[in-house]
Amino acid sequence: MNNEETKVANKYLTFVLATEEYAVDILRVQEIKGWNKPTPIPNTPEYLCGVINLRGTIVPIIDLRLRFGLERLPYGQMTVIVVVRVNSGNKERIMGIVVDAVSDVYDINEAEVKPTPEFGSVINIEFVKGLANVSEKMIIILEIDALLNSDELAILEQTVH
Amino acid sequence: MTEVRQLFFEESFENLDMMESSLLDLEIGAVDKELINTIFRAAHSIKGGAGIFKFEHVINFAHTVETLLDELRNDQHIVTQHLIDLLLRGVDTLRALLKALQTGQEYKTDAVLACQQEFTALLITPLTPAAEHAHPHAPSEETPPPVTELLPVAWHIRFKPYPRLLQTGNDPINLFRALDALGELQICADSSQLPELADLDFQNCYLSWDLLLIGAVDKAAITEIFEWVEGDCDLELIPLDKDSLAETRATMNKAIEANLAKQLQAVKKPEVSELPAPPETPPRLSAIPIVNEVQEKPAHNEHLSSHINEASSIRVGIDKIDALINIVGELVITQSMLDQVGEDFSVARLEQLRSGLAQLERNTRELQESVMRIRMLPISYSFNRFPRLVHDLSTQLGKKVEIKLSGEQTELDKTVLEKMSDPLVHLVRNALDHGIELPEQRRAAGKPETGLLKLHAFHQGGNIMIQISDDGAGFNLERIHQKAVEKGLLHPEENPSTEQLYEFIFHPGFSTAQQVSDLSGRGVGMDVVRRNIRDLGGTIEIKSEIGKGSRFSIRLPLTLAILDGQLVRVGNRIYILSLLSIIESLRIQPSLLSVLAGKAEVYRVRDEYIPILRLYALFNIIPSTTQLEQGILVIVEGEGQKIGLFVDELLSQQQIVIKSLETNYKQIHGISGATILGDGSVALILDVAGLIRQFYSSNRVHTFSELSVGAMT
Repeated sequence: MNNEETKVANKYLTFVLATEEYAVDILRVQEIKGWNKPTPIPNTPEYLCGVINLRGTIVPIIDLRLRFGLERLPYGQMTVIVVVRVNSGNKERIMGIVVDAVSDVYDINEAEVKPTPEFGSVINIEFVKGLANVSEKMIIILEIDALLNSDELAILEQTVH
Repeated sequence: MTEVRQLFFEESFENLDMMESSLLDLEIGAVDKELINTIFRAAHSIKGGAGIFKFEHVINFAHTVETLLDELRNDQHIVTQHLIDLLLRGVDTLRALLKALQTGQEYKTDAVLACQQEFTALLITPLTPAAEHAHPHAPSEETPPPVTELLPVAWHIRFKPYPRLLQTGNDPINLFRALDALGELQICADSSQLPELADLDFQNCYLSWDLLLIGAVDKAAITEIFEWVEGDCDLELIPLDKDSLAETRATMNKAIEANLAKQLQAVKKPEVSELPAPPETPPRLSAIPIVNEVQEKPAHNEHLSSHINEASSIRVGIDKIDALINIVGELVITQSMLDQVGEDFSVARLEQLRSGLAQLERNTRELQESVMRIRMLPISYSFNRFPRLVHDLSTQLGKKVEIKLSGEQTELDKTVLEKMSDPLVHLVRNALDHGIELPEQRRAAGKPETGLLKLHAFHQGGNIMIQISDDGAGFNLERIHQKAVEKGLLHPEENPSTEQLYEFIFHPGFSTAQQVSDLSGRGVGMDVVRRNIRDLGGTIEIKSEIGKGSRFSIRLPLTLAILDGQLVRVGNRIYILSLLSIIESLRIQPSLLSVLAGKAEVYRVRDEYIPILRLYALFNIIPSTTQLEQGILVIVEGEGQKIGLFVDELLSQQQIVIKSLETNYKQIHGISGATILGDGSVALILDVAGLIRQFYSSNRVHTFSELSVGAMT
């Protein structure tokens, strides 16, 4: 569903991480849930908190703060997990991302999305689809597929045994 | 359409299997009408199905085969070995052809034609071209008798559907496509009844059509197409001759032009242009010859089908579904009962709650079992290919072999079944190649010339047993002994037990065959067979008596989705080990512990030295204790290697349902999956073989096995 050609405004869910506000396509968001202590997976990077049981399926949880190299916030009652659907090659994976707080839902017109300048955020430019201004605020629109298929999360299966 | 295609392929493969097994049942010399009819019907269904999709090669080939079968049926041929072999080859060719079509690959037309040529050569009656070509809708037997009456040059069809037409699932465009196949079709839509967009009910059909079908078409063919919409429309069929055709055409063209002009006007109004087109066939389409649509479609299908192929389907017996529905019904009853108890709960109703919960537990277990049974397939799916294999191999080897199958209805998990296929083929080949002797040798040994190969499957406890036995030569223990010594696997003076000797058969590169044939004997295989079986959590055993025969018994778990697990604790984490992989668990006595090269720890258990893997160190977690004597050593085995896992504590044993980590994440070394514990949290299942590999590669201790052997002698 790439609506790149259409001029219809897309709805985005925004959330806060440290001082910045990030947005993901709301159609990719499956649900928003509270903190459940995940089961850690040995020998994985720190940002992968582990896996949780989401109604019978095993879902990995990624702490976006740690993924972007920000300092860790203690998990607790206020921690929010945004469960998103990620396109990974030919299959769809469900993953949870830990964010500081969910902020709002905005209509953002495709035309209003500006290309990312070389600098401007703590995160790698390839994970950013663009920037948008909504009521004087700058919002970073995330390229969720690129972000959640990078590094350790890549689907690459090592066939060497 | 892709689904229908998929269904066609599945059915065709089933038909081919049926043809094959029936062919093998045919007796030389006799003509079993029933059997031949079965084969004929199967071939005919394939031909009919292929006709719908216009698979020309399949149609032609199946037609040729069918013709030969028809002659056979009419006693024009007698059944010879040659004939059976040819028909079997025909089945193979068709299968390859269909496989290629299914996966969208190229196939060798030459090979198909060459095989077809062989069939044609045998035919007594000259081959008539496959009748279906022109009429994909009518199978040959029902082809209408040749029409002698004069057909009109064209038909004027007035098709005025009632508004409810679309609700019955009919789409006029499909009708038009079918009509288009009969002749040149000109369509004029009448959109005058179309209401304003605001009043438009998208479930209704407001359009009606005037169709002009040019070509000498039988009236029956047209009514057949409209058969499904009969009662949902006004239909008028007017035969036209040359003059009236020209007239009707002119009126229709005018109508189309008028239509177009109206629409052009509509498009000019800007607010209308943004609106989505009405869900019916847009009137604009009426002017365009429908052929374009039809041509685009198959290309699209081709593309789609390659994706669909990956998802395999399963056929489930209706009784299983019924059982499932029954249980779900009971579950609903239990739920409402518990609901009631919970509504105004008092201690007095505790007993009721208890019985409700007990019922819930029973329902849940039954539900789980029923759902599992859906994945179960009878082993005949795998067994049924063996008669053919044995037929081909015995001919090739010059041996006489009879195969007997029993317990084909025994069910096992689809995945297990698929993974067992290759090992079974290997064992059957071995039995034919090495086990059963040549007819002369058998006669000399006082045995009947025809060897007997038995495949038997049955349930035993929670396991399934598959036995492959032959009455051949059996294993020559002396030769195995000799060979093991030659290969340096055995000390010449040692006197191993029979079981230990059989163990060598599974050793990679071990073969006692004097000659290497292209079937077996190269010593690759048996180790792979055992590894496959072990991967499935099963075991294989050999029983053999020299001169009398041998028997392989394979024991497999019923399903892969559930396993008996042992929960272990390391620090504050819980991991699960498969009970099958655990040999024993023990407390460590410091006196039996030794440290090699100041680093690698080994523990002596009876005569063996077992390397110790500290799980907490490998997983980088903080354990309750790092003192070996305070924890537990769980000795596990994976891929023939033993290792001691050092954990803090053993917890309970329970049946666990395996969940995949790969669905949403990826494969992880040392972890085979995950499960959900009673409290809803996730626990990881350890992959013993993976852990052992990881342990050796990270420690670079290759010498453990050598060291332990050294310590033994």
